[in-house]
Amino acid sequence: MPRWDRVKKSFFDWERLTDSFPRLLDAFVLDIKIFAWTTPCILIVAVLIAIARSTRAPALFPVRIFVIAYTDIMRGVPVILWIYLVGFGVPGIGLERPWNSPLIWGSVALGMTYSAYVAEVFRAGIESVHESQRAAARSLGLSSAQTMRHVILPQAIRRVVPPLMNDMVSLQKDVALVSLIGPIEILRQAGIDKAKFANFTPFVGAALIFLAITIPLTRLTDWLLTRERDRTGASKVR
Amino acid sequence: MNAKLTLNSVSKSFGDNQVLRDISLTINTGEVVSFIGASGSGKTTLLRCINLLETVDNGSIHLGDTDITAVGLDANPIRRRIGIVFQSFNLFPHLSIRRNVTLALTEVLDMSSDEANETASNLLARFGLSDKIDSYPDRLSGGQQQRVAIARALALNPEVLLLDEITSALDPELVGEVLDVVRELKGSDITLLLATHEMGFAREISDRVCFLADGVVAEMGQPEQIFSHPTDPRTQQFLQRVIAAGRLRG
Repeated sequence: MPRWDRVKKSFFDWERLTDSFPRLLDAFVLDIKIFAWTTPCILIVAVLIAIARSTRAPALFPVRIFVIAYTDIMRGVPVILWIYLVGFGVPGIGLERPWNSPLIWGSVALGMTYSAYVAEVFRAGIESVHESQRAAARSLGLSSAQTMRHVILPQAIRRVVPPLMNDMVSLQKDVALVSLIGPIEILRQAGIDKAKFANFTPFVGAALIFLAITIPLTRLTDWLLTRERDRTGASKVR
Repeated sequence: MNAKLTLNSVSKSFGDNQVLRDISLTINTGEVVSFIGASGSGKTTLLRCINLLETVDNGSIHLGDTDITAVGLDANPIRRRIGIVFQSFNLFPHLSIRRNVTLALTEVLDMSSDEANETASNLLARFGLSDKIDSYPDRLSGGQQQRVAIARALALNPEVLLLDEITSALDPELVGEVLDVVRELKGSDITLLLATHEMGFAREISDRVCFLADGVVAEMGQPEQIFSHPTDPRTQQFLQRVIAAGRLRG
């Protein structure tokens, strides 16, 4: 049986923690950057995919097939595999600097998979808007594109903010997967420190930094969910 | 009298269920026509076909001289000329009352927002809703919401207005305020088609009443004739049930 002082020394070494913490925080800036530039791309691509999938014109059937295939393939393969495949693979085919950066292609891989997940969230939102809203808009002479833009999407987006926040919390954590293909972000920095001192405390430090972001975000999501339910739902049943 | 709407043997099925069978009728400009009949008789489907929210399987519908059921026709310009008000109001819940009315004006008619706002203000004032103009639909009573829905449809200045059981979802005490709005519309150029269960109102306001049974026009004529001297046995039976339910004085 390992004794508590061994556990404490290996995982909760105060000296190691204070030593690593500034480096971990520095490295975490990269995580935030990756998160900050992938999020808008993901949201935009996801909305476009969801709209494409919600079209009804028979002529757009090939587009629907394409986006269905895209979301199935992206969601059906582990994120880590896409990061290896795109993050290592694409720079390896001989692109010039700076386009051969694993940082770029790792971000692209994250964006590809998450846009597929988030598109499904938007699609659920679009489908949750009652058909009568579409009928009302079309009866006023609005085209199907105008109906989507002015009537369906604004209502859909409002409804999916809470589940969307869930995906954003996941993304915030999965950014660390990019470390596996090179960039020195927080997880990799923690790995370096761990190797240097043969001590796991830097990982605990990294975990604390993640929790400092994800727990408030999760609470915010819960609060949004409750507010949405109170706003739209009937009074609570005991 | 000139024909505003002409239906030529219009048929419509949903799967195996044939809802409209060979319906032919002509409605003149400015006429008020009520469609009555049991639930499932095809009233709502008929109105939705006229508004092109449903496509007809067979037959044709003409608006003036235009065949609006022609293959490949762009439905959007036609829909501007034919307004519809729904049983469940269908206001846009994320938009203010003002924007509910102006949306189609700015987006479809390319009106400036000043002009659109003025149109909306005038219409809403006419229906006694001026104080609600910046509210959102969920803050309004059913009767108020339905009056907004009528204003929204009228804003486009349609030639034909379809009213699809517009009082069926309302509390009894709110029915009157909505019917008053419809009364006010009668006598303008607008052609009104109502699907309704309000027999007293249909009798009062209609130039002609059309009784639908199982997707066919069983009987059509002046309200006096339909309500007091119905000739078709299905009409007689239906009206007896309505009278027995206390919804119409015999």
